[in-house]
Amino acid sequence: MSIGWYLAVSAFIFAIGAGGVLVKRNPLVILLCLELMLNAANLALIAFSRMHGSDDGQVFALIVMVVAACEVTVGLGIIVAMYRRRLPVDVDELRELHG
Amino acid sequence: MAELLFFVAATGAIAGAIGVIALQNPFYSVLSLVGHLLSLAALFLLLRAEFIAAAQVVVYAGAVMVLYVFVVAYVGGAEPQIRPFAPGLRRLSVLFGAVILIELWIALLGTGLKAVDGEGAPFDPAFGTPAQLGEALLTKFLLPFELASLLLLVAAVGAVVLARRRRGTDLEHDDGDAVSVIDALRPAGTGTMKEGVSGLPDVGGEPPGSHPKGTTRPEIAAGAGDREHEGGW
Repeated sequence: MSIGWYLAVSAFIFAIGAGGVLVKRNPLVILLCLELMLNAANLALIAFSRMHGSDDGQVFALIVMVVAACEVTVGLGIIVAMYRRRLPVDVDELRELHG
Repeated sequence: MAELLFFVAATGAIAGAIGVIALQNPFYSVLSLVGHLLSLAALFLLLRAEFIAAAQVVVYAGAVMVLYVFVVAYVGGAEPQIRPFAPGLRRLSVLFGAVILIELWIALLGTGLKAVDGEGAPFDPAFGTPAQLGEALLTKFLLPFELASLLLLVAAVGAVVLARRRRGTDLEHDDGDAVSVIDALRPAGTGTMKEGVSGLPDVGGEPPGSHPKGTTRPEIAAGAGDREHEGGW
């Protein structure tokens, strides 16, 4: 398979994730869509790493996975804190910061 | 054979991604994402990234998704829609996603990279093995590697601080003042706001009667009672 096919799949997954972040209102699902976008970027990085025959892209992908894990941990912590304080688990309802 | 595997895995990845946003129950969305991640790991294997594929399955589809499932079970899946979407807004969001897709495909089709149409670099048996990746991480990418470990530590501490039980939000745990080691080490009357508000505890240096407890600054003392029971973010 040529590298271009992998990049096309990666673009498709990224677009799905970006659309999902905009459409969804449950912060849990928004985090899932962020995961989709990060994974699409990972796929592109690894495809380019294969294209060049160098390991650098794979190291990038590994770091992206670390960042994604951190983002999930903090994001889920915020969701649990929202739930504990009996705030609505809905991003459109959390509008205190813009008055 | 590789073509067949690619199409199966790519279809699985895209179907999983669509499932994440199409399913209404967040629990099923998480399961769909697990399927997506497994298909993606197969794609990584086809690109000869063995270590990344294994890490993807173990760390992502294993550990991170368990965290998701736990939180979904805790918060409790589908919430009723409180306020319906503005009708134009949803269409605009879908349009935005489509525009991103088209833009990325234009970039892909119009690329000047000739190697995109090829199969990639010539075969190298060491490519993507844990040994080579580990060597790169400990030599060329030592600083990002250490920063990543620091980031993980900060995120873990941050998550614990965010999600722990607090005084004030959980009434059954409201058992008066917390005692810290610092209280024993510092001299009495040096510093806490609580002492400034409600007067000193029994200290020799303070003349008895001049500042009776709780009466020094009544307007603040009255407010402090409420403030103590607020949990902060």
